[in-house]
Amino acid sequence: MKSQPSVGPHHVPSMVSKGEMSAEEYIGSIFDRIERLDSRLHAYLQLNREGALAKARELDRRAKKGERLGRLAGMGVAVKDIICVRSLQATCGSKILVGFNPPYSATAIRRIEQEDGIILGKTNLDEFGMGNTTQNSAFGPTLNPWDVARVPGGSSGGSAAAVAAGMASVALGTDTGGSIRCPASFCSVVGLKPTYGRVSRYGLIPYANSLEQIGPMGREAESVSLLFDAIAGHDPEDATSAREPVRPATGGGLKGLRIGRIKEFFGEGAQPRVKERVLDGCAKLETLGAEAEETSISSLPYSLAVYYIIAMAEASSNLSRYDGVRYGLSLEKGTADWNTAFARTRSEGFGEEVKRRILLGTFVLSAGYYEAYYVRAQKVRALLTQEFALVFKKFDALLGPTMPVLPPKLGEKVSPLEDYLIDINTVAANLTGLPAISIPCGFVDGLPVGMQVIAPRFREDVLLKVATVFGGEQGLKSPPLAEAA
Amino acid sequence: MQTESRLRVKIGLEVHCQLTALKTKLFCSCSSDYRSSEPNEKICPVCFGLPGTLPVLNAKAVEYATMISLALNGTVANRSIFYRKNYFYPDLPKGFQISQYDKAGGVPIASSGFVQIEGKKVRITRIQLEEDPGKLSYEGTIDKSSHSLVDYNRAGIALVEIVTEPDIEDAREAKVFLEKLRSTIESLGVSNGELDGAMRCDANISLAGGARVEVKNISSFKEVEKALNYEILRQRTFSGNAASETRHWDERRSITIALRSKEEEQDYRYFPEPDLRPVVLEPGAIDGVRKAMPEGEDAKASRYTKDFRISPQLAKELAADKALSTYFDKCAELHHGYQEMAGLIVGGFSGDAMSEGRAATPEEFVELVRMIESSSITRAQAKEALRESLRTGKPVRKVVELRNLSAVVDEGAIAAVIEKVVAARPEALAEARSDKKAFSYLVGQVLKEEPKAQPGVVAKLLARRLRK
Repeated sequence: MKSQPSVGPHHVPSMVSKGEMSAEEYIGSIFDRIERLDSRLHAYLQLNREGALAKARELDRRAKKGERLGRLAGMGVAVKDIICVRSLQATCGSKILVGFNPPYSATAIRRIEQEDGIILGKTNLDEFGMGNTTQNSAFGPTLNPWDVARVPGGSSGGSAAAVAAGMASVALGTDTGGSIRCPASFCSVVGLKPTYGRVSRYGLIPYANSLEQIGPMGREAESVSLLFDAIAGHDPEDATSAREPVRPATGGGLKGLRIGRIKEFFGEGAQPRVKERVLDGCAKLETLGAEAEETSISSLPYSLAVYYIIAMAEASSNLSRYDGVRYGLSLEKGTADWNTAFARTRSEGFGEEVKRRILLGTFVLSAGYYEAYYVRAQKVRALLTQEFALVFKKFDALLGPTMPVLPPKLGEKVSPLEDYLIDINTVAANLTGLPAISIPCGFVDGLPVGMQVIAPRFREDVLLKVATVFGGEQGLKSPPLAEAA
Repeated sequence: MQTESRLRVKIGLEVHCQLTALKTKLFCSCSSDYRSSEPNEKICPVCFGLPGTLPVLNAKAVEYATMISLALNGTVANRSIFYRKNYFYPDLPKGFQISQYDKAGGVPIASSGFVQIEGKKVRITRIQLEEDPGKLSYEGTIDKSSHSLVDYNRAGIALVEIVTEPDIEDAREAKVFLEKLRSTIESLGVSNGELDGAMRCDANISLAGGARVEVKNISSFKEVEKALNYEILRQRTFSGNAASETRHWDERRSITIALRSKEEEQDYRYFPEPDLRPVVLEPGAIDGVRKAMPEGEDAKASRYTKDFRISPQLAKELAADKALSTYFDKCAELHHGYQEMAGLIVGGFSGDAMSEGRAATPEEFVELVRMIESSSITRAQAKEALRESLRTGKPVRKVVELRNLSAVVDEGAIAAVIEKVVAARPEALAEARSDKKAFSYLVGQVLKEEPKAQPGVVAKLLARRLRK
């Protein structure tokens, strides 16, 4: 079978369950596409071909026997290589973890497997999730399927490129400051960052614990919904996991939905044509029954500084464990004193951006600076959270461009600060713990634009409804490269 | 010549106490019983610090730490927070220790307690819950070994850290404090100090006016007195002022070794642990723990003096021994001669005999006490009967019968003995008129001559004799 069935991935589970489609053939066709396309895109770091095909054959056998299959039956899931899958190497895109095979799977992975989803492999990322281009991977960049001269966004760039190019039914990303939504926007796929605590972080190798969530990515909102339902819910192994019941996705239209266009999201830093597309998108939501109005969140301009202080502080501590004593890269073991061995291992194992963030994080936590940076950042974070809560008294959802710019060119030289600035619209959802989604919202010169929608805590159902209705109107486009394959 | 103030010693202790009664570690479900295990046998992805794993707080550990806090008269926080203490060390699997802190916005599980010793209070600054690191082994000594071996079995074991104010003034007082602390904690049933490394101690020592020196790695309370005496002597004989530094107690050689100066002191970069929620203890929950926990030594002693009118010294001795006080509590339900019973229990039993279970039953014991009260036997005879019963396993009443123990109540017979004693020591008689000690001496001599005599009767008759 040369090309995959022309059905949306969310139809796969029911077809496989009923025996109308062979999971083995479907998964086989995905691996065929990977073989044809991924040498150019470099979305995957590691494939799980044998394991995936074995699982697919098992599903076909069980379907034949009339057994009930799980709700992800036959769907091929690409997994960002910062989420642990038992016995698959977990690198986090870093040299320092080469050779580390976790003896456990993340809770999200276990739930996917319980629902008969199939793990295809591990996807590329910015090292430890630190970046928005996937160029900070120790294993080379991933390219954007819409224009291979451009970055796919990051840090979940491999997952976004994989689903955009049809090299996975759906994918898992992680989002600490926009790492699902940014590449979703740049690759024209749907990417959901759930409410903090909605999806267990057990098995997610941490960059900044208080900010990040695992979330689903896919070409259509329906398959993102399916994957979200499978992974969401309380987990006793994650103390920050929420007990709030998961709201089932509801059908229906957008009539009466009150949308606030956030003024600051359409600020000066945003490219005019990107803003235009998103305003068009908002207008379309209005024609579908929503009521939109401009609103403002005055502390938003501080969110970027606050985000980088908190994320780097937590990162500097989280990344301390990579010392070469127990696993991963280990230099000078037994040949030097341990401080020297630690320093050599870490100096050579980490990339530039990771080292920059460890240094800055160490600085902001240091005695004498802690109050001025970390404590103050937490205060502003609390303020921002309050302000959002207030605005949500008036609106059901807030809206703006996901990324203020189009996908940058690969290797484009920008200073770290300029690089951090394009996260301006995504970090607030992480700081406040709010759920946020990026929805494909048209193109500028053939390059994707994403629309971000933010909802109140635990209202992923609102986001998924907007994405489903909007996506149904918009229709699905494939990158030319993937069309050709 | 050193001045008096220069010589005054101030010692503050940091005691680490493993909650050995817990079945599992502080943040994972690994068995906490690691002492008989092979190295790195009792570990899991969580306590081994594998990336992606998360800590889940052991609720029982919070309960035990709350018990310790209450027993040490601490104020238990309604909301305490875990902090990360960041430093690199091979025995620390995550590159940070999950601990608590009382600065930088941190709130430990309890603050401002005290331990009463020898008429003084040693103030407790704070009590916090934290995880134990793993353990390094060296071949030979720490400064000579070419490499270290790491065993992570201990990593993640629940520790309660108890930090005192510098209220302790010498090594002996430190030992008394630690013994009191240990018996208080052990009486709660949350930690067994007998186990190797279950209770450890760091000490901060300064000779007033001098710099503060921290001595680490004191592996048991037994070593504390030695380490402190060594360090005080070292600082006293030091030419000039002692440097502010951290030193390591080398148990084998019984000396302290300089580890690092305070200028090199690490910045631990404390910040709240984002993977754990704050520990919330409603006042009702704290009261619940208080009601359910075994009575502390001090509380028990004060109950004995207040409710049973037992003399303070005797009440303290009785309360200090769990087996004896449990026995007393049973007897107190049967009989009201509290002071007599307490004295006989403290004087007649040792804690060991109690725990071996061969002691008289409370009923038998009360019967014996009634014999004393009715003057049919003397206190000395009662003690003798108890000891023999313990030794032989024979019931107390049987011993009394077999040995034909009975008090001499005939005043005439006792008076005769008094005459005999006085006749032998005429000079003592004169002294006894003015000197209490001499009087007691004479009473003792009479009792020596006639052990069955009641001391009270002897004293009464002797006093009468003196007035002649």
